[in-house]
Amino acid sequence: MSNAVEPRGLSKIGLQINGWLVYLFFYAPIVLLVIFSFSESRNVGKWGGFTLSWYEQFIDSSNARNALENSIKIAIVVTIISVILGTMSALALERFTFKGKRVFDALLYLPIIIPDVTMAVMLLLFFGEFFEILDNLFGLQLRKGFWSISISHIAFNISFVSVVVRARLAGMSTDLEEAAVDLYASRWKAFRHVTFPQILPGIAGGALLAMTLSLDDVVITQFVAGPGWTTLPVYVFGLIRKGVTPLINSISVIMLVSSMLLVGLSLLAERTRRGG
Amino acid sequence: MTAAVELKGITKKFGDVTAVDNVDLTIEDGEFFSLLGPSGCGKTTTLRMIAGLEFPTEGSLSIFGEEVGTLAPNKRSVNTVFQNYALFPHLTVIDNVGFGLKMQGVAKKETKERAMEMIELVQLSGLETRKPSQMSGGQQQRVALARALVNQPKVLLLDEPLGALDLKLRQEMQLELKKLQRDVGISFVFVTHDQEEALTMSDRIAVMHEGKLLQVASPEEIYESPANRFVADFIGRTNLLDGTTSDNETVVLSNGTSIRAQNSFPEGTKVSISIRPERTKITKRLEPSDPLSSIQGTVETITYLGNARVYGVKFTWLSIEVREENRPGLEVFNAGDDVTVHWEHDAISVVED
Repeated sequence: MSNAVEPRGLSKIGLQINGWLVYLFFYAPIVLLVIFSFSESRNVGKWGGFTLSWYEQFIDSSNARNALENSIKIAIVVTIISVILGTMSALALERFTFKGKRVFDALLYLPIIIPDVTMAVMLLLFFGEFFEILDNLFGLQLRKGFWSISISHIAFNISFVSVVVRARLAGMSTDLEEAAVDLYASRWKAFRHVTFPQILPGIAGGALLAMTLSLDDVVITQFVAGPGWTTLPVYVFGLIRKGVTPLINSISVIMLVSSMLLVGLSLLAERTRRGG
Repeated sequence: MTAAVELKGITKKFGDVTAVDNVDLTIEDGEFFSLLGPSGCGKTTTLRMIAGLEFPTEGSLSIFGEEVGTLAPNKRSVNTVFQNYALFPHLTVIDNVGFGLKMQGVAKKETKERAMEMIELVQLSGLETRKPSQMSGGQQQRVALARALVNQPKVLLLDEPLGALDLKLRQEMQLELKKLQRDVGISFVFVTHDQEEALTMSDRIAVMHEGKLLQVASPEEIYESPANRFVADFIGRTNLLDGTTSDNETVVLSNGTSIRAQNSFPEGTKVSISIRPERTKITKRLEPSDPLSSIQGTVETITYLGNARVYGVKFTWLSIEVREENRPGLEVFNAGDDVTVHWEHDAISVVED
């Protein structure tokens, strides 16, 4: 149906072209990436016939598999811890008043604003000093690796989770929690039976964001990884420096498909929740 | 008999703002009690203190003799129907209604039975599995009522529960609520800013203004003998004429006219005379009239209401509202007609400023 504000004639055609161009810019690189991950040629940008050998090579390469395993382990630990801490800080900021709340609020946003490189250098310094102190105190020999990467990822992910959960909490009236305590729920039960189910979509969104950001991070991870420790994105980055083969295409496709699966799953979960 | 709710010297401050100011109040068991006042008068804060959602700054608050001032809301045997119902959107009707019982650890089977019983009582049978978002405002209202009453509270608190409903539904619910209260036999504490609603439903009304309790009395008493100018003005429509008492029989209006008005104030007290529009009679000017219980003026405005006509009658220094029921054969006046407005001596009340 046409109405007065709908574009007509040339402007309508222009807008349509614009739409298609946007899609082209978004998806052409992805399509190219997927196509060339099946190319037999060693040259990344040249078609040399269909092959699955790059995927086989990825599966055969213990370094690549090791990096993937590290990425997943870290992502799981980071997601769990940052969702718990991020949700708690969101609750504190939305539902309670306490001394220093404004300062805490402002500081919580800092990791989102600080450039990755700054954050990476800061954390590198921090772990250097911190591990040295612990080593001297307890006679340990702490090495940077799993925990230094995880802690760094948690450090910035708390902020992202908190922002997402807070948005959800802000849209939820305190009436519901008051009704729950009026109906004999303790504060914990009110949270479990009323607040939590209400903010669950926010928490799920925050978890997904945290997991993606953790799986994705190159800059900070590279600084705090320590010798012998690597995650998948850092490994891919390393491959590029050594000379590019379509192996990185196949790894990228695998990462792409997994993250699309994650998003699809969360959308599905949301839909069944609403339907049931 | 112990009072259902007793407030002694209750004050609530939010920072520098005093929301409730030194209120003494006793609500008897089994009565329909209304807290009435304009928005911001402290009525909702008072209700929330009884519920335990706010704690008083000063004073003593007891429910059936038990001091509950700072007791958590989940430890009080009162339940609340919230202004916008506050139904849990993720739960079905039956789970909403059963929520309180579940939290108290009542067995699943009993919870379900009692919830179903209550759903039947509020006439929502067949809608148990709906979500609140799939129901109309009136239905949500009933769910909120059922959810509170299923816990068999000693007192039910209602915070402007009918405010969101349209007029016809609201009037139906008023009667239904009143009937429900008689059936369950517990006291209802009902917060409203609608004086008509309060008059219709209540056994007793407390009128509040700026955190203070102005008058606590039956609807009749509040309407017929308001405690002061604010109550007279807030409850129903009235004409307020400023004056000064000259003796216990007479009030001299500010323009010097004497009016017969029974009062018990000392001579020279500044007062207002409250004359209800429906308690006056309007006739042609020519007829002789008693100057102490009538005023002569000119019709200025006529408002036709269907069941009544309201005349605005202009006097030298003020304007008075006169309401006449629309009965057949009644004389109708037009703008500009010279008329006399008169009243019986017991139709007026004298209030302090």
